Amino acid sequence: MNSVISSNITRFLSLVLIQVLICSHINFLGYINPYIYILFIVLFPVKNNRLLFIFFSFLLGLTMDLFLDSGGVHAASCVFIAYARPVVLKFAFGMQYEHQTMKFNAVELGAMLTYITILAFIHHLILFSLEIFSISKVILILQKTLFSGIFTILLCILITIIFSRKMK
Amino acid sequence: MQQIINFILRNKTFLLFLLLFALSLVFTIQSHSYHKSKFINSANFLTGGVYNSMNNISVYFSLKSQNQILAEENNHLKSLLFNAENKKDSTYIDSVSYGKKYKLTTGSIIKNSYTATDNVLLVNKGRKDSIKPDFGVITSKGIVGIIGEMSNNYATVISILNTTSSISARLKTTNHIGSLVWDGKSPNKMQLIDVEKAAPVTEGDTIVTSGRSSIFPKGVPIGTVIRFKLDEAENYYEIDLLLFNDMTNIEYVHIIENMDIEEITNLLNGINE
Repeated sequence: MNSVISSNITRFLSLVLIQVLICSHINFLGYINPYIYILFIVLFPVKNNRLLFIFFSFLLGLTMDLFLDSGGVHAASCVFIAYARPVVLKFAFGMQYEHQTMKFNAVELGAMLTYITILAFIHHLILFSLEIFSISKVILILQKTLFSGIFTILLCILITIIFSRKMK
Repeated sequence: MQQIINFILRNKTFLLFLLLFALSLVFTIQSHSYHKSKFINSANFLTGGVYNSMNNISVYFSLKSQNQILAEENNHLKSLLFNAENKKDSTYIDSVSYGKKYKLTTGSIIKNSYTATDNVLLVNKGRKDSIKPDFGVITSKGIVGIIGEMSNNYATVISILNTTSSISARLKTTNHIGSLVWDGKSPNKMQLIDVEKAAPVTEGDTIVTSGRSSIFPKGVPIGTVIRFKLDEAENYYEIDLLLFNDMTNIEYVHIIENMDIEEITNLLNGINE
């Protein structure tokens, strides 16, 4: 139990630092940045206290907002995907999730990809809509969501593959 | 009463979600409407400290280009100095521009940002260096932004690359004034709007600050005209300009304090009352 808590704290801190010091300064093709800190929400244990989970996600988003001077846009999108996560989990993993037997170390890559894709796109859509905050720039919002989303998903999948401990 | 408590207990997840979501929306809207976030800004000791220690390392990677910029500025200042010496034998003293005083503080940008639509930078000078809100920030090449919030050691700079900011600027050759705004697209290009139709604009003209707002001194360079057209009502020009400053590569900046700002604001307030 303690190892779960400590690993999540380490993940929280290291993701925040990697995000603000490296990933937010990549600016690929001028504006494309990955937002890999959502891995904390993606990989949070499935059996959890939902209230605590939503609160921690809010805290994560607020930390990002502090670092990136963005008001509350990261907090809003993090809280939203944290609240919507059970639905996405059910859609992506189906039976495995409902029987409460799943562990992120031992799931199919395809299901994991669906799961991360949905969460990342919801997150980015809310993030950029609130950041740009103008209906007349809807094309820019969708463009940023799409390209940054692809970048985020690729990096997240890579990181989960590299750091997953196979129990074989 | 029992039912209300039951309702809250049953929907506690949803209610917490709503509460936190609304809270973050409030922060977002606040940052969009005042373009200064009172609580959520990076000018505190934690985020400032992290950025500062990272900047201590990353500053070495831009030494070469920063030296180049410094050498160019020295070159420019030397040429000003030598040309001024020639006029020394005249006894003329310019009494009109005598009392104008600007105090400059050198700072270092420890967090740059130019991809969002509302960009905010972080500079390593704060209340201890007697920096106050609404001081101007420039580099040797052009303007950068205006000081927003601050802590003891750090201050945020509202970049000119911010869709909510608007700075008074004018054509260098004539005195026609417009507002400098950003459409949020390219970090090299900005727009000058509301320029009088009678102004003789040509491509390649230099745009400088107007000195009207008493934040920036008069005549700080901004950029050159690359394209211009009349707006929909055909009364004013909309000018696209290319910035002199490379906003993606800023290291050392000068923070400008106008020593007369108190006198000017007092005077203006006196007129309004």
